[in-house]
Amino acid sequence: MEAFTTHTGVGVPLRRSNVDTDQIIPAVYLKRVTRSGFEDGLFAAWRGDEHFILNQEPFKAGSVLVAGPDFGTGSSREHAVWALMDYGFRVVVSSRFADIFRGNAGKQGLVAAQCSQSDVELLWKLLESEPGTPVTVDLTDKTVRAKDLVAPFEIDDYTRWRLLEGLDDIALTLRHEAEISAFEGNRQTWLPTTDPLQAV
Amino acid sequence: MSRTLAEKVWEAHVVRHGSGAEPDLLYIDLHLLHEVTSPQAFDGLRLANRKLRRPDLTIATEDHNVPTVDIDKPIADPVSRTQVETLRRNCAEFGVRLHPMGDLEQGIVHVVGPQLGLTQPGMTVVCGDSHTSTHGAFGALAFGIGTSEVEHVMATQTLPLRPFKTMAINVDGELRPGVTAKDIILAVIAKIGTGGGQGYVLEYRGRAIEKLSMEARMTVCNMSIEAGARAGMIAPDETTFDYIKGRPHAPSGTDWDAAVEYWKTLRTDDDATFDAEVHIDADELTPFVTWGTNPGQGLPLGASVPDPEQIVDENERVAAEKALTYMGLEPGTPLRDIRVDTVFLGSCTNGRIEDLRAAADVLKGKHVASGVRMLVVPGSMRVRKQAEEEGLDKVFLDAGAEWRQAGCSMCLGMNPDQLKPGERSASTSNRNFEGRQGKGGRTHLVSPLVAAATAVRGTLSAPADLEN
Repeated sequence: MEAFTTHTGVGVPLRRSNVDTDQIIPAVYLKRVTRSGFEDGLFAAWRGDEHFILNQEPFKAGSVLVAGPDFGTGSSREHAVWALMDYGFRVVVSSRFADIFRGNAGKQGLVAAQCSQSDVELLWKLLESEPGTPVTVDLTDKTVRAKDLVAPFEIDDYTRWRLLEGLDDIALTLRHEAEISAFEGNRQTWLPTTDPLQAV
Repeated sequence: MSRTLAEKVWEAHVVRHGSGAEPDLLYIDLHLLHEVTSPQAFDGLRLANRKLRRPDLTIATEDHNVPTVDIDKPIADPVSRTQVETLRRNCAEFGVRLHPMGDLEQGIVHVVGPQLGLTQPGMTVVCGDSHTSTHGAFGALAFGIGTSEVEHVMATQTLPLRPFKTMAINVDGELRPGVTAKDIILAVIAKIGTGGGQGYVLEYRGRAIEKLSMEARMTVCNMSIEAGARAGMIAPDETTFDYIKGRPHAPSGTDWDAAVEYWKTLRTDDDATFDAEVHIDADELTPFVTWGTNPGQGLPLGASVPDPEQIVDENERVAAEKALTYMGLEPGTPLRDIRVDTVFLGSCTNGRIEDLRAAADVLKGKHVASGVRMLVVPGSMRVRKQAEEEGLDKVFLDAGAEWRQAGCSMCLGMNPDQLKPGERSASTSNRNFEGRQGKGGRTHLVSPLVAAATAVRGTLSAPADLEN
C-alpha cells in the first residue's frame, strides 16, 4: 500500500446523504475478476446525467470527495473503494461512514476523513461558490484545509499509523503466527470443519 | 465481570489483545466464499506466494451471478461466466470445497451455511458479503468483510478488529397474526435509521424474538446491516439447538452434549449493560413496507407516501425528495394504492422454506393479478427440493408464478433476473437502493406474506386485504 501523508487536490461537493455502495458502483460492474479499471463504474447511474457534479469542470478532475452523512452504506463490495481510487480520489470527507466501507478504505489507502456535518456544509458552500478550490488533507495533523477553512477530522489511530507508514495488514498479522498456531491448538474439538462428509 | 453475548463470543476468539490503538486479533471459525468478492483475494495470495491457511474452515458456493433458469447450459453472460469459472479454478487450486451450480447444496451462501449445520452458536463467521449478519441468528458473531479482509482471512484465519459497541434491540410483546420477522426488522431500521447501528453489534432480545423460529431469526439478523450494524445476534436457545441437531456438520454424541453445555452459557448476563438500548413493542407492529430508496424509508402498509415538506431535517428532506422522484411517487398516495409490475420472493432475507410456505399459503387457490409477474426463487437447491416435496412448486405454478432455480436472483442486478427501467417491484429482499434490482428499477421491500398478497391484488397488500 502506498503511504499517505498529505494530499492536495480538487474538492468535489456531493450533496447527498446515504450514498450507498450500489450508487458508488452498481453490481453489474462487480463481475470482473481483475483489480483495476473500475473507474468507469463509479457513480455509473448518476454519471449519465450531464448535470451530475463529476460531469462538470473543474470537478471532473476531483480527488477529494465531500459527501453527506452515511457514506458507503449497504453492500460490503470493496469495489466501491477501488472505483473511487481508480477514478483518482484519494480522500472522502463525510460526517458519518458505514463501518465496512471505512474498513475497506483503510485497507486500500483511501482516507475516510470524518468531519463534523457543519464543516462539511462549509466545505460544500466554499467548493460551490469557488469551484476548483484546492483542498488539502493532512493526515499528520488530521485536518482538511481549503482557503481559510481548517476542519479537523477523525480517523482511528491504528489506521492512521498504517496509512502513514503504508503497511500491509497481512504482513503485520503474520508476525504473530506463533500466537495464531497456539490459539488453533486450543480450539474446541467439536467445532465444525468444512471437510466433505463421508457418505453414510 | 458481567458481559453481553457479543462480548463473550469476542473474548473467546481473541488470539492477541492489541495494545493502545492496535486492534485485537480475532480468530475466524468459518469463512464463506462466493464468486464476486473472492477473485482479487485469491490473486493477492498468489502474488504474495501465500497459502490459504485453513481450507478446512472455508467453503464456497456460486450465488450472485447464477441464472435461475437453464442452469444446465453455460452462463450466457461471458463476464458472469468468467467470474464463476474463476471461482472454480481458485477453489481447485487452493483446496476449497465448492458447491457449484446444479449441486444440491448450491445456493445463497447465507442459506447454505446454516442448512449444512456449519453455522453454530458462539462461532465467528465471515464472508465477503454484508448479509453475513444472517448467521448471528445462531448466537454467532458474523459479519461482512471487504475483499482485502477476505484475503487476510485466507492467509491468516484471523482479522485485526477493534471491539464493537453493543446495542440491545428489545422487542417485547407478541406479534399479531400476519406480522412477521420482516416487519420487525423493517420497523427497527425505520426507527434507528440506516446509520443508527454503525459501530454496534445489535442483540435482538425480548419475548417476540424468543418466539421466532430459527428461519425468522435469520431474517431479522440478515438486515442488521441495513441499520448500519455489521452484526446482529440472538442468544441461542432450544429453538437453536433443535434446528442444528442432526444437520450434516452438527456435533454428535458426546460432542453434542459438550457443545450444548457451552452454547447455554452464550447469553447476556443479567447485570450486563449495553452501550445503547432500543425498545419496540411487537403488539403495535403491522405489515411494513418501504416507500423510498433506502431501507430506513419505510412505513406501515396502512400509511401514505410521506410529504417531504413536512420533514424537518434538511438532509432527510432532500433524501426523501430525491427518493420520491426516483420512485415516481406522489406525497399522500396511500401505500395500498401503489401498483407493481413484479413480485420477487427469495433472497438471503426471505428465501427459506418457511418463507415459501407462508407465501404459498396465501397464494393457494388464487391467481397472480394480470400484468404482474411473480418470481419465486428458493434460497438453495435443497430448499427447492424440499418445497417440491411439499408441493409448494405446484401452488406457485398454479397461481401463475415462475418457479426458479436457486440463487441471489433479483435481489441484485448481477444476473439475468432484473427490473427494467421504471418497473416497480414488491420484493422480499433487503435493499431498495436506486438501481439495485436493475437500472431504473423501483423496489418496495416487503415480507413474504405481503409479497404474495400483492401478487394477487396487483397493489401493495396484506393477506387480510384478500378477504375483503
